[in-house]
Amino acid sequence: MSRQPNPIQDARRMVAEAQSAPTDPAVWPHRNLLTLESLTPDDIRLVLDTAQAFEDVSTRSVKKVPALRGRVVVNLFYEDSTRTKTSFTLAAQRLSADIIDFSEKTSSSSKGESLRDTVRNIEAMGVDIIVVRHPAAGAPHLIARNVKCCVINAGDGRHEHPTQGLLDIFTIRQAKGKIAGLKVAIVGDVVNSRVARSNLHGLLKLGAEVTFVGPTTLVPRGFESMGAKLCHDFDSVIDQFDVINMLRIQRERISSNVFPSVQEYSRLFGLTNERMRRAKPDVLVMHPGPINRGIEMSGDVADGQKSAVLKQVTNGLAVRMAVMFLCKQAAENG
Amino acid sequence: MTVLLDDTGIRLTLQRLAQEIAAAIPPACPVAVVGIRRRGDELARRLIPLLEAQGVHDVAYGSLDITLYRDDLAEIGPAAIVRTTEIDFDVAGHFLILVDDVLNTGRSIRAALDAIMDLGRPKAIRLAVLVDRGGRELPIQADFVGVRTESDHEHVRVSLREAGGEDRVDVDA
Repeated sequence: MSRQPNPIQDARRMVAEAQSAPTDPAVWPHRNLLTLESLTPDDIRLVLDTAQAFEDVSTRSVKKVPALRGRVVVNLFYEDSTRTKTSFTLAAQRLSADIIDFSEKTSSSSKGESLRDTVRNIEAMGVDIIVVRHPAAGAPHLIARNVKCCVINAGDGRHEHPTQGLLDIFTIRQAKGKIAGLKVAIVGDVVNSRVARSNLHGLLKLGAEVTFVGPTTLVPRGFESMGAKLCHDFDSVIDQFDVINMLRIQRERISSNVFPSVQEYSRLFGLTNERMRRAKPDVLVMHPGPINRGIEMSGDVADGQKSAVLKQVTNGLAVRMAVMFLCKQAAENG
Repeated sequence: MTVLLDDTGIRLTLQRLAQEIAAAIPPACPVAVVGIRRRGDELARRLIPLLEAQGVHDVAYGSLDITLYRDDLAEIGPAAIVRTTEIDFDVAGHFLILVDDVLNTGRSIRAALDAIMDLGRPKAIRLAVLVDRGGRELPIQADFVGVRTESDHEHVRVSLREAGGEDRVDVDA
């Protein structure tokens, strides 16, 4: 070998070449981002390309562009969230938008106001973008039907978490230079995971093969009809994947009978050093966070060379900037 | 449709622009050409060997995307694609030549100046354009102008071989 391989640089170049190839000018027609299921492959590629342009903003001396100056973004979170909310806040600030928080505990919903009334009131204050997280699947759709401003889904029940799906796909493309043909495993509590569903829709549209891995209680049959492959024996397939995305086990569910004990789950489905030795040498390890170290993956794996966990967080900013910019641009162009 | 510049015209015009720019560069000052995407970046790239021929060496190159600095989201249209700004040198201290294909309202240049200022503090910024078609809405003028045309109600179209076409500048009535 005459040349030291540099996978990151190679991937960047491949992406850049793909981006500069002559194609029809893409148009983003959506004022809202509610699901990845409803997007076309070109829509998804446009977000990824736009996010790539936004990536630079975070690395320069003035970490801000004036694209959304004078616009107002509201974080409407009906579920606790630290990183997603912070990421949206920072993304809005880097676009020079003003951002306010409207959290469930301080709002009138505790006084019985309906979601429809709440968002109509928010809109009446002259808001441009509503970022919403809600425990009920479909809540962002209900909001979008009732307001004229942009609505961005930051997670609705077990349904979708489109910006997380996009940032995961962005991170994979950044590391591998492509999506088509890759084998991606999504491991763990798939049935309760909106991250798994958004990843599935996005990755399939771009030509990847997605396998859900976990016990039958967490990876039920129904996902086959959505295009996923299913596997209940991690060890038998671990050497096949280019990407392994570990989902968080929610401790509150452990008391129920979906699996016998944390130890057993961890022994069968945890990403340990030992399992990593049997994975592909260039496997990319991901986790949407927060990580239960020692359960979904060992601390060594989370902090290891192949982990993209912190890169995912960084990329989340660029992806959310891209989504807010594209939706607002579509809204202002009628 | 009339041809304002053919490929020879563009070549000679860029040559003359390079001469004028070279004569204006202060001594012992690092020089950079930065083109506004699309087309300005390609013209900036072509200026580098022409400046070399004038004895100006080590010219840094960058391309600038100004989509995020436009003053009206609706004005840029739904098809505006945000491209990467690629300026991998520190603009601070440089004598920076900003390059664009057509100068019209001046709003792109305003956006480009803001974008450059966010990257650092150049020693000076000068503006070079292939075509000045008048119609200014802001107090912005070019320092180096290829050709001038007063075509307020006409469309000036620049095509360059880098984009797969041929080198020419047309004016559509």
